[in-house]
Amino acid sequence: MTRRRLTGAAGALLPMLLAAVPALADDAGPPKLDSGDTAWMLASTALVLMMTVPGLALFYGGMVRKKNILATLMQCFVITCIVTIVWTVAGYSLAFTPGNMYVGDLSRFMLHGIADHISKGNDTQAFVLESGIKDVAPMTTTIPETVYMMFQMTFAIITPALIVGAFADRMKFSALCIFMTLWSLLIYSPVAHWMWAPSGWSAQNGQLDFAGGTVVHINAGIAGLMCALVLGKRVGYGNENMAPYNLSYAVIGASLLWVGWFGFNAGSAVASNGRAGMAMAVTQIATAAAALGWMFAEWIAKGKPSVLGAISGAVAGLVAITPASGFVLPGSSIIIGVAAGVICFWAATSVKHMFGYDDSLDVFGVHCIGGIVGALLTGVFSYGPLSATDASPDGSPGGLNQLWIQCQGVVATLVYSGVGTLILLMITKMLVGLRVGEEEEREGLDLVLHGEQIF
Amino acid sequence: MKLIIAIIKPFKLDDVREALTPLGVQGLTVSEVKGFGRQKGQTEIYRGAEYHVNFLPKVKIEVVVPADLTDQVIEAITKSAHTGKIGDGKIFVMDIERAVRIRTGEVDAAAL
Repeated sequence: MTRRRLTGAAGALLPMLLAAVPALADDAGPPKLDSGDTAWMLASTALVLMMTVPGLALFYGGMVRKKNILATLMQCFVITCIVTIVWTVAGYSLAFTPGNMYVGDLSRFMLHGIADHISKGNDTQAFVLESGIKDVAPMTTTIPETVYMMFQMTFAIITPALIVGAFADRMKFSALCIFMTLWSLLIYSPVAHWMWAPSGWSAQNGQLDFAGGTVVHINAGIAGLMCALVLGKRVGYGNENMAPYNLSYAVIGASLLWVGWFGFNAGSAVASNGRAGMAMAVTQIATAAAALGWMFAEWIAKGKPSVLGAISGAVAGLVAITPASGFVLPGSSIIIGVAAGVICFWAATSVKHMFGYDDSLDVFGVHCIGGIVGALLTGVFSYGPLSATDASPDGSPGGLNQLWIQCQGVVATLVYSGVGTLILLMITKMLVGLRVGEEEEREGLDLVLHGEQIF
Repeated sequence: MKLIIAIIKPFKLDDVREALTPLGVQGLTVSEVKGFGRQKGQTEIYRGAEYHVNFLPKVKIEVVVPADLTDQVIEAITKSAHTGKIGDGKIFVMDIERAVRIRTGEVDAAAL
C-alpha cells in the first residue's frame, strides 16, 4: 500500500510525476505479473484473515466472562462473514476506485470488471490502481487485482472486528449486524480511500501510513470509544468481579495476532521485496519492545508483571509499528515499541478509570492511543531512502513537516470516524435498540442470544 | 463412629493421605471447594481493575472412622496439613449413626 502515496506530497514533485506516468505506459507496456510477489500476497492475505479468526476472536473471547465467551467469538466470526459480502458488493469499490478525493465510485459494484484481463484462466496484466487520473500517479502492482482485492478485504474485516472489544458483554446481536454493515461501508471504505487510493486526500497530502495505523487502528479505536460511551457501562461495572475467564485463550489469540501481523505489515509492501523485509523486522522488534515496556511499567507501578499486561503490550506494539513499518529503521522501532507499551499501559489502566468509561477490552486505550503514537512517531522517524520511489527519489524523511502532516491525518480520522460512528449508533438504536436488557445481560449473551453455552 | 471433616490447603492433600494410611484408614472422600476464613481472599488485578476474590480454593476431606481412632486421625491431619501460615484450614468432628457397605450389606464398623 505504500508505493502510491509517496506521490503528490509536495507540489514540486508533480511535474516529475507527470513525466513519469506516460513514460511508464509507453515503454513498459502493460504491467507484468510477478509470481513471487503474487505468492507472498496470497500468503499474506491468509495470515491477515487468521488475525481475526481465530486470533482476535480468541484474544477477546479469553478476556470476557464465562457467560459471554461464545457470543464474543461469534461476533468476530460473523463480522468476518458480513464484511466479506459488504466488501464484495460495494465496499471495495468505494475504497479503491477513483471517485473523488474522499470516496470512490461504484464502478467495481459487485466486483464488476475485475476479470477484464483474464485470459485462459490467468490475468494477463498486473493491477494498476487508479490509472489515468489527471495529476495523480497510479500505483502499479505486480499482482492480479483479485489478490489485491482479497488482501484489502482482510483489512476491512479486522477493523470493525476490533471494535467488538469496546461493547463486549452487552450489545444486541441484531444491532451488531446492522451497525457493522453500515460502519464498514460508510466509515471504513472512505477512510481507506483517503489514504490508500493514490487520489485520496491523505495520500495527496503526503501522509505516511504503511499498513493502517490511522485507517485501521485509530479508526476502530475511536469508534470503540464512541460505542462504549453510547452503550454505557456493563451492569455491575466497578462493583462486581469482571475478571477474564480464560486468559490462556487470550495468550493464544495475541500470539496468533503477532504471527498474522507479518502478513499485515510485510504484506503491505504489496511485493516480496526489501521493504517487506524491513517491515517484518521492525514489526518483530517493536512488538517485543512494547511487551517489555508494558511489563516493566506494570511491574513497577502495580508490583507484579502480569500475563495480560505482557500480551496487551505486544498488541500495543504491533498497533504502533503498523503505520511505521516499511518506513523506519530497527533502532527507531525499539523507541516506537517502548513508547507504545508504556503509554498504552497508562491509557488502559489509568486514563480509563480516571474518566470512568467502560471500554471493556481497551479498544481505545490500545488501538486508538497506540495508533496515534505510531502515526506521529512515523512522522518523526521515517527514513527517506526506505520511502523513496522513482517518482519521489527523496522519499518522505521524518521531521516537523512530516509530523504536521501526520497530525492532520490523525485528527481527520478521529473526527470523521468519531462523529460518523455516533450517527450510525443512533440509526441502529432507532431500528432495533443497542443493548440487551439488564436481566439478559446478567444471564449472559451466550445463553440469551445464541441458546448455547461453552460447556 | 465419627465423621471427620477437614478443610485443608490443596497442595497438602497427598501429605494428609500418606499420614492417614498407616493408621488403618481404609478410605476417604475428597472434594474441591471454595471458602474463606480469617485468611479472607486475595486481590487480582487485570489492566488496572482490581478484584477482591473472597473465596479461596481449598480441599475438603471427609473420613469416617471408629470412635477410638478419632484422636489419632485428628492429630495426623493436624500435623500433616500444618504449614504455620494463615489459611491452613479447620477440622470438624460429628457422630455417625449408621454405616452400610452397599456391595455386601455389612453395617457399621465392618462397613468402614
